[in-house]
Amino acid sequence: MAPAVLLTTAVCVTGRFPALAGVDLAVAQGEVVVLEGPNGAGKTSVLRVCAGLLPLTGGDGTVLGCDLRRHAPALRRRVGMLGHAAALYDDLTVVENLRFAVRAAGASASNIDAVLERLDLGGRVRRTAVGRLSAGQRRRVALAVLVARRPELWLLDEPHAGLDAGARAVLGEIVAEVVADGATVLLASHEPEESWPLADRVVSLVGGRVVEVRDVGPAARTAVVPDTLRSVPGSVHVA
Amino acid sequence: MWRDSVLVAGKDLRIELRSRVVMHQVVPVAVLVLVLFAFALGPDRAPMAHAAPGLFWVAVLFASVLAVQRSFALEAPDGARDGLRLSGLDPAGVFLGKTAAVALQMVVLEVVLTAGVVVLYGSHIRSYGAIVVAGLAGTAGLAAAGTLYGALAAGLRVRETLLPFLFLPVAAPVLLAGTRAWQAALGIDSGGAGDPWTSLLVVFAVVYLALGVVIFGPLQEAS
Repeated sequence: MAPAVLLTTAVCVTGRFPALAGVDLAVAQGEVVVLEGPNGAGKTSVLRVCAGLLPLTGGDGTVLGCDLRRHAPALRRRVGMLGHAAALYDDLTVVENLRFAVRAAGASASNIDAVLERLDLGGRVRRTAVGRLSAGQRRRVALAVLVARRPELWLLDEPHAGLDAGARAVLGEIVAEVVADGATVLLASHEPEESWPLADRVVSLVGGRVVEVRDVGPAARTAVVPDTLRSVPGSVHVA
Repeated sequence: MWRDSVLVAGKDLRIELRSRVVMHQVVPVAVLVLVLFAFALGPDRAPMAHAAPGLFWVAVLFASVLAVQRSFALEAPDGARDGLRLSGLDPAGVFLGKTAAVALQMVVLEVVLTAGVVVLYGSHIRSYGAIVVAGLAGTAGLAAAGTLYGALAAGLRVRETLLPFLFLPVAAPVLLAGTRAWQAALGIDSGGAGDPWTSLLVVFAVVYLALGVVIFGPLQEAS
């Protein structure tokens, strides 16, 4: 089975400095990989490259079988990203935002009510304009969009930020469910106590390069990852 | 493509119905332009009636810049532009949807401005059919070209000031042809026929609609 994400010496230069300076990363289908590292390490850039939002300026990349250099737009319907920004329309209600996102992705809107209830966005909140919600509620709406869309690859950038304890627990359940359904999760986080329990592997980035890969979950032992990318040159691999 | 365009147009129009930015800000600004021109031309109605077609299209042109800016401003906050790119919508559908939403708002604006021209400038409409056809063709062209250049400017920090520079020179044929077509429809320029000018408006609209369908995607990626 081909990896869901395969970056080979991936370089991405935005402005004067490289956001990625030669990243090698392979993520097997159904795997949860956590990206960690200090600010500016390249975690968000890896996610945006995988979503086709940032172009590769060097190296190669394949996501869900699509070449990032040639088929990035075609890939996007299959990818869901929870970024720093919620990417919602303030003047639309919660349910209208969800309906738009789900219909745009060509997915069924039949599960929207259940998704909203699960993320505590039902009742009066579902008919509230997103611009009137708190930051935490907006974050939950953005997560609800992903849950309703059910993408094949989940790109989560600091997904725990702004969520209360209950929502964090639901996020953990959701990640476990989608992975059980065969989806792949790439998660950037500063919070190891929240993200590591979800992870099969943790990849440390510094200065736009992978410096360490750790297996932390059982799935990683059976994951289909090319041996050449299990131990990235110049990195420490801890099993 | 058509399904996506309906989805995007519905979304943009729903947001406009909630925010009323075009109705409460753009339409009054366009009407204000007509009123200011009336002050500038003096109390004599004859020169106003003669200049009415040109003033109408100048007001429409400036208002279309505001409407296009508003259309792309919807995608600016909170990463909505990335959200739209990640939505998986066909870029041609996004272009047609945004164009349709802008065009529909412009039609409402033009109805108000037409009434303004009749009331303020004392214009008499001789051919309602010609007015409507020229108005629709000109609106489609302005909305399509505006949406295309709006996408080009959308990713830039100077988009608010850059869009008029890019768009207004390109829209000059609409100003010229729309004015001539309206002069004929209002019976001002008795020697000139309006049909060739209306045809030019149709050609302009078709060219920019076709161009937008083809290049909106690459523009969205590049900007």
